[in-house]
Amino acid sequence: MTTAGWLQFAAFFIIIIALTKPLGSYMARVFEGERTWLSPVFAPVERFIYRLSGVRADEEMPWHVYALAMLAFSAVSLAWIYLVLRTQQWLPFNPQHFPNLAPDLAWNTAISFTTNTNWQFYSGESTMSYFSQMAALAWHNFVSAGVGIAISVAVIRGVARTTTKTIGNFWVDLTRCCLYLLLPICVIGTLVLVMQGVPQNFNAYHTVKTVEGAAQTITGGPMASQEVIKELGTNGGGFVNANSASPNENPTPFSNLFEMVMIFLIGASLTYMYGKMVKDTRQGWAIFAAMAIVFVAGFCIAYAFEGAGNPLIHQLGVNGPNMEGKECRLGVGASALFATVTTDTSCGAANSSHDSFMPLGGLVPLVNMQLGEVIFGGVGSGLYGMIVFVVLTVFIAGLMVGRTPEFLGKKIEKREVQFAILAILVTPVLVLIPSAIASVKHDALATLGNAGPHGLSEILYAFSSTNANNGSAFGGLGSNFFWNIATGVNMFFGRFAVAIPALALAGALAGKKAVAPGIGTFTTNSTIFVVLLVGTILIVGALTFFPADALGPIVEHLLMLQGKTF
Amino acid sequence: MLKHFGIALRLTVVSIAIFGFVYPFAMTGLSQAVFPYQAGGVFVKDAHGSIVGSEIIGQSWHEPYYFHGRPSAAGKNGYDPTSTGGTNLAPTSKKLIDATKSAIAALKKENPDATLSVPMDLVTSSASGIDPDISPAAAYYQVPRVAKARGISVRKLTTLVQGAVRERTWRFLGEPRVNVLALNLALDRVAPVSGVRAHLRR
Repeated sequence: MTTAGWLQFAAFFIIIIALTKPLGSYMARVFEGERTWLSPVFAPVERFIYRLSGVRADEEMPWHVYALAMLAFSAVSLAWIYLVLRTQQWLPFNPQHFPNLAPDLAWNTAISFTTNTNWQFYSGESTMSYFSQMAALAWHNFVSAGVGIAISVAVIRGVARTTTKTIGNFWVDLTRCCLYLLLPICVIGTLVLVMQGVPQNFNAYHTVKTVEGAAQTITGGPMASQEVIKELGTNGGGFVNANSASPNENPTPFSNLFEMVMIFLIGASLTYMYGKMVKDTRQGWAIFAAMAIVFVAGFCIAYAFEGAGNPLIHQLGVNGPNMEGKECRLGVGASALFATVTTDTSCGAANSSHDSFMPLGGLVPLVNMQLGEVIFGGVGSGLYGMIVFVVLTVFIAGLMVGRTPEFLGKKIEKREVQFAILAILVTPVLVLIPSAIASVKHDALATLGNAGPHGLSEILYAFSSTNANNGSAFGGLGSNFFWNIATGVNMFFGRFAVAIPALALAGALAGKKAVAPGIGTFTTNSTIFVVLLVGTILIVGALTFFPADALGPIVEHLLMLQGKTF
Repeated sequence: MLKHFGIALRLTVVSIAIFGFVYPFAMTGLSQAVFPYQAGGVFVKDAHGSIVGSEIIGQSWHEPYYFHGRPSAAGKNGYDPTSTGGTNLAPTSKKLIDATKSAIAALKKENPDATLSVPMDLVTSSASGIDPDISPAAAYYQVPRVAKARGISVRKLTTLVQGAVRERTWRFLGEPRVNVLALNLALDRVAPVSGVRAHLRR
């Protein structure tokens, strides 16, 4: 560990804290339908989109109509991406003449991008045409992020509004999100990345003769425009297989910092927007603080273990940090930070091989995903996941003091708690049961990249990542029919089986009256609440996953200290 | 129900037009206009004016008179940009430990005159398989070999390497490093190996 490494971490987090309020305020204006400084440009485009699509912008939706519209859009976008991947060889912008994808891989990829997961069982540089990359994958990075943010805005409205049936208009939220929020940042971000050296062209791959005379094929493509939305929308699907470790996607330490900021930016700003929309910004900062505590703890653990390095290699007489699967320009500090950031959020981009992390260094990304991706989280999904945890925390606190729990003046009753528990149970059920099945199935075990306890870690990581809609991988795991189908199903339920209960919870909360806080009200903007919230998240996560994780990374760590290899 | 599917269909088409086509094409045009060199792929030329690679993509090196990069898991022979990735081997993997052992042995054999300790990055594979850089320690480690093969003094070569070190951005971002391609091209300019270029590029 170095001073520079800690300074890099501090600088990153200070930038995030500084941007949370201004962007959060702007987002609140966007989703409250107010005029912004970009309205002169985008308002006519917005009206034109509504006219072409048949959207009535003033229509308000109850939660179930909102959910239905969200599902309808997700279904159509899923069908489009599947269609493109199955027909890409006949479509334009395919200079490398890549063939169509097999049905199971196309299905897995279509679900992966629709659910904002971007789990990739393919190598982009040898599989996807430029048409597929931009009109299917990068387009989906915009709209699947927009869907997530729209749901979180609807959930916030449910919390903020009283005695009403409606929580907004899905089509308007989606459109305004993509247009006013994602697009302008992406335009600037693309230029920043190109300046750093990320390619942005439609050229065929270029074969050169290297200095020593060998042939080397240099890839190209519209990378920068896809790279920025990959991070900003916490999608994480790389243009190339090595993702942000590739010097094409992430050429410099500065581009690395920029990409990490993009990943956290919206998730952090949503907390401020939440405070603004419930008319008490301290509510938002309380959630921000809870997220920050888990984030900082995670980074410190990952950095400590990666910085210390691999004792089995030290025994061979080579000292230094764990550089296996890491890039020289980034080093362990920037790699441990990126790994923490990308798994706190549901991004899943990677600038290093998580599979080659030290056992306990790699435990950090794994646990981050198992906590349900609520530490800043996926754009939107992080915040609505966190609100579910807030409701649970308020309920537990109410039980402890023997009062009817209240959340912002609204009574939390049986129905709300049921929806919250339903959403929280999705993660353990969909991670542990499939992992147990996979660890005794021959076709599942056949594609593991590593033996011993690390093999179990690969299985746990795959289901934690797909369920949490993260998409990063212990990359040693190969794909086959079993994994394509199993992770596809997991991604589907990981997204919608959380989003729909969260919307139902919002609908239930929106119908309630709010009473003024009394002397015994448990406030949700105090330090003690932050502590309780972090405690709830960690206890739910630890109780659920500790036994499984103990058999994977923790056993591996102990055996490593005894000098065992597999 | 049907109404919402209709809207979904139409909004999908409209949004594909905007975010799937207008956005990437407009950004390509803008990038090519503002940063034509980077947008095209940062290709570098040697002293003879022929393109020998990309500044940000590592390549394979075998000759003793060139500095070598890190082990690579990209493609069959390494450093294949169409097959990027790492080994994805676990820290407790027997394969990893064996591979590291043989990398150390090969490195020591190639550098019999090396006086420094073996640098970690020269015996471990990068995440991308096309890492263009090595650590400054890894460059200094190879100085005696390269100096001998080129017939120049260790001191002169050390100075050249020192000049090639890229420090951390703003002193705290990333790590200090040496771009292997840039260093080797500089080396060819300062101390050419007679006949080598002609032989290789015949």
